Amino acid sequence: MPATAVDFFNKWAVDEIVVLDVSRTQQKREKFYEVISKLSEKCFVPLTVGGWITSTDEVRSLLRMGADKVSINTAAIERPALITECARIFGNQCVVVSMDAKKQAGGEYEVYSDRGRTPTGLSPISWAATVQELGAGEIFLNCIDHDGFRKGYDLELLRQVVDAVEIPVIAMGGVFTWDHLVEGVTIGGADAVAAANILHYTEHSTKKAKNYMREHGIDVR
Amino acid sequence: MIIIVNYNMGNVGSILNMLKKVGAEGIISSDPEVILRAEKLILPGVGAFDQGVANLENLGLIPILNEKVLVQATPIIGICLGMQLMTESSEEGKNSGLGWVKGRTVRFDRQRTKQLKIPHMGWDVIIPRKESDLMDGLSHDARFYFVHSYHVLCENTADVLTTTTYGYEFASSFQHGNIFGVQFHPEKSHKYGMKLLKNFVEYL
Repeated sequence: MPATAVDFFNKWAVDEIVVLDVSRTQQKREKFYEVISKLSEKCFVPLTVGGWITSTDEVRSLLRMGADKVSINTAAIERPALITECARIFGNQCVVVSMDAKKQAGGEYEVYSDRGRTPTGLSPISWAATVQELGAGEIFLNCIDHDGFRKGYDLELLRQVVDAVEIPVIAMGGVFTWDHLVEGVTIGGADAVAAANILHYTEHSTKKAKNYMREHGIDVR
Repeated sequence: MIIIVNYNMGNVGSILNMLKKVGAEGIISSDPEVILRAEKLILPGVGAFDQGVANLENLGLIPILNEKVLVQATPIIGICLGMQLMTESSEEGKNSGLGWVKGRTVRFDRQRTKQLKIPHMGWDVIIPRKESDLMDGLSHDARFYFVHSYHVLCENTADVLTTTTYGYEFASSFQHGNIFGVQFHPEKSHKYGMKLLKNFVEYL
């Protein structure tokens, strides 16, 4: 199924593809590897792979399967040195730290681990600065209480993280209209914007999205 | 036969996949015997300069590559680190480069890139600086995928094939006779990358 999606995205001028293994267990990991290998044969844009990455060995095998970058989330929180180890061996450009964050009752933001289930006590701003220091090349910021709610990115959170680091920040979570993509760049300050469902379920989605963004003065490919 | 030189720096698989896509046959190899028989060579590369030089040395590939490129004039294209390795040196390391193209590799000058983020990452345009078969049919709005913190300074401006502006203008590709180098990743640059690799495949 994902391999078919790539066929479409190849025709629709998508800029990068991110594939995450969001399974709750690793029972189907072999299957995931198969999907990545197949997908990389047809993926002629940068491919980031994430989910269940806990060691440099795991990174090495994913790169061998055709990934260009890896996205690390929970394992980086549990053992931050993993970021540095990966950056030293594979280069900063290869290491994307993915961060799930949401707003707390008091208005403060907090980073969650374990697929958005476990609060970590970390603030997105300080965690972002830390991962940059440790060698991350990009931050993939998922506004988890916006994900699936169709109200756009959490622009306040996005802006805080963008201002805290010098590495590129990619926004994810909550996109329901092309306007949300524009806002992510113009208001949130994101270096790139990502979306899932809206791109999967709309014909020629990425082309339409880009045309819209171009009409609103954003330099897109 | 096109040989993709495998010296354990980067994703050689994606180059092979794109060669297949444009209808060319490629082999990934680090075997000197195989490399000696190549009609064309691709020197890929993602990673650090010194490590790249060291890997080429440890595999015993430097004399073979010199013979192929400098004596037999086999067409070769260096990609990203592969391009940088073709210069004489790099600010990223202490090892000497292959020195096939006069010039050196330097870090982006932060004084001049100002608030722009380093690495330079993402899709960008290339401006042609001279005629070349490699860039044939690539329109002015062709965009390529870049990810790099260092870039090449050519000693002879006549070697510069295209430039790209990121804070300031830098050589995003060069050509010195049979030797090509591109700072961007054609293998990750979708249809424009396919066109460029096809041009290289068809280059005589």
